[in-house]
Order: sequence, then structure tokens, then C-alpha cells
Amino acid sequence: MSKMLHTVNKSPFEHSALETCLRYARQGSSVLLIEDAVYAAARDTAVAQAVQEALKRVQLYALAPDVEARGMQNRVLDGVRLVDYEGFVDLVVEHNAVQAWL
Amino acid sequence: MEEEAGAGGKVKKFLYVNRKAPYGTIYALESLEVVLIGAAFEQDVSLAFIGDGVYQLTKGQDTKALGVKNFSPAFRALDDYDVNKLYVDEASLRARGLSAEDLLVPVEVVSTERMAEIMEGQDVVLSF
Amino acid sequence: MKLGIMVNEGPYTHQASDSAYQFAKAALAKGHEISRVFFYHDGVNNGSRLTVPPQDERNIVKRWSELAAEHKLDLVVCIAAAQRRGLMDKSEAKRHGKDADNIAPGFRISGLGQLIEAGIEADRLVVFGD
Repeated sequence: MSKMLHTVNKSPFEHSALETCLRYARQGSSVLLIEDAVYAAARDTAVAQAVQEALKRVQLYALAPDVEARGMQNRVLDGVRLVDYEGFVDLVVEHNAVQAWL
Repeated sequence: MEEEAGAGGKVKKFLYVNRKAPYGTIYALESLEVVLIGAAFEQDVSLAFIGDGVYQLTKGQDTKALGVKNFSPAFRALDDYDVNKLYVDEASLRARGLSAEDLLVPVEVVSTERMAEIMEGQDVVLSF
Repeated sequence: MKLGIMVNEGPYTHQASDSAYQFAKAALAKGHEISRVFFYHDGVNNGSRLTVPPQDERNIVKRWSELAAEHKLDLVVCIAAAQRRGLMDKSEAKRHGKDADNIAPGFRISGLGQLIEAGIEADRLVVFGD
């Protein structure tokens, strides 16, 4: 059974929301990066290693419209899946509950 | 996960996640207002305090000089509403030089793993 | 599936209301039901019909009103949060002796119980905020 969908909307360079979320996200759950959190999906950043480490336990998604708005579309880390708003809806439906790390 | 309540209504597991300190922003106060109203709905309610959210529960809050209401005593009233599952993240307390004795209500101090388990079992997560 | 949405920030300063709107639109396009959108904290300001954004900019309030009209959405503004921030409907304005109301079409003012009810009735509740 699919578990929790976590959403994060803060830049990882400004705020600990993603770090905290990843501490609590259990094996097999999913994390969707939206708004400023999509910067966490970029390659060669100071948090990229932590994000790649997290990919071993959880599935990471980034909201493509937010990625594109911020010009990060050619820098997305391998393993991070891009979804549009309809994909966001699908993720909500497929998981038992949604937790927003505001 | 859902059970039938006596009145024929649904009972869901509600988790309120508090991650923000009081007074600097209104989130903590308005979160507590949801908890107090929500108590009338007889759901299975838990509160989680993580990060700066633990500051909501500290003893000795005195807002007189600020001219705003000190709402921390309201946490003591939660038990009267049968809201008594308050979970506080151990690492967050420790990082802030606090322990359970510094808090104004009895809480269950839990590890990250335990908190993750509690979160995973919820139907509705309200984050503030 | 029945989805509930909570919006915790006002229009324009934070992206929360935009994200919630795009999410709601996509959910409706996929045939899901949005059982309620609940506006809390500064999110109540999404319900002010007095906003006048520049013409070449999205009109966040109007967009919510139109989506509500098209899909019969229940847009609920929290009464306690609204009173603090000066968001009124006619009867509230009268009750408090105010000379005007400002709630936008499609929005209604009600209590926090509506949020809990949305959490109980909907299959999922999705929170947008900051």
C-alpha cells in the first residue's frame, strides 16, 4: 500500500523544511518538491548529496511547472521524477495521506 | 483505518503538526484554535511538536509587555477536551536546550522513528 | 476521489494560493471532486473582491470565483481569521456595525468546523501554505 506523500515548498538553502521532512519520511514514502523547494532537485548543489542519499529510501518528485519557472529544467538530478499538476493530483490519490512541511 | 463512531459518523485520525514558534507569527495561535474547535468533532486527535513548534509549550511565557494574549495556558485545557496525545520530538527539544520539565503540559517525548511511525498512521495531517 | 484543499496564505505574496488553484484545476480536469476549499490564516484574503491587480497579471480572486461558479466549488473563508483581517460578508458587516463588506462571489464565511468536516468527508486533504 502506498504511504505518505510529503510536500515541501521551501528552498533547502534558506529553510530546514526539506531536511526535517527527510528525517521523518519513512522507507517507501514519497516527497514532492514544489515552489522554492524545487531548487533542491538541482545537480551540483551543497544539498545534492543529501538528496541523492534520500533517493535510496524515498521516491522524490519535483513539480515541473515550478522547475521550469525557475530555469532549473536542465539541472535536475537523476532519479528525481518530474510531474505536472495532474501528476501531483495522481500522487495525492495514490498515497494514503498528504503531509505538507510548511 | 476509519471506524464508525457512535453517532454513525466517521472517526479519522487527525494529526496537527506544529513546527512554528509562538508570537513571531500567528500560525501557532490559529493552529490551537483549530484544535479546540476540532475537539467537538470527536475525532482521534494527536498533536506533534517539531522544531520551533516545541517553543509553543515552554513554561514561563509572559506577553504582558508585548500587548498580545499569552495563549500558552490554553494547552493546559486540551485535556478537558479529551485531546491528550501530545508528542514532542526529542531531538528538537535537545537542540533547544530543553527537556520535558520545561514544558507546561505533560507530553510524550518521542524519537524521530516513533514520530515517523505516528505520522504514517494518520488519515488527515494539518500542518501549521 | 473527493479532495479537500486548505489555503493558508493570501494572494500574491506567497505562491500557496496559485499552487492550490492549479492543483484544484488539474484535479477537476481529471474528474475528481473538490469537496471544499478552506481559506485560513492570511489565506482569507483570497476572498476579497476589492483586489485590483494590473491587467496583464493573473487575477487570483476572480480566478477562484470563476472556478467555483464553473464547478460549484464550496469556497469557505474562516470566520475567526476573516474577522481579524477585515474580510466581511453583508451579514457580518451589519453585525459588527461596519460600513461595507468585501467578500468575493463564490466565497462564504463560516467556522473552523468546516475545515474539520472537510478533513472527515474528503478522501484526502491537501494543505498549501508557507
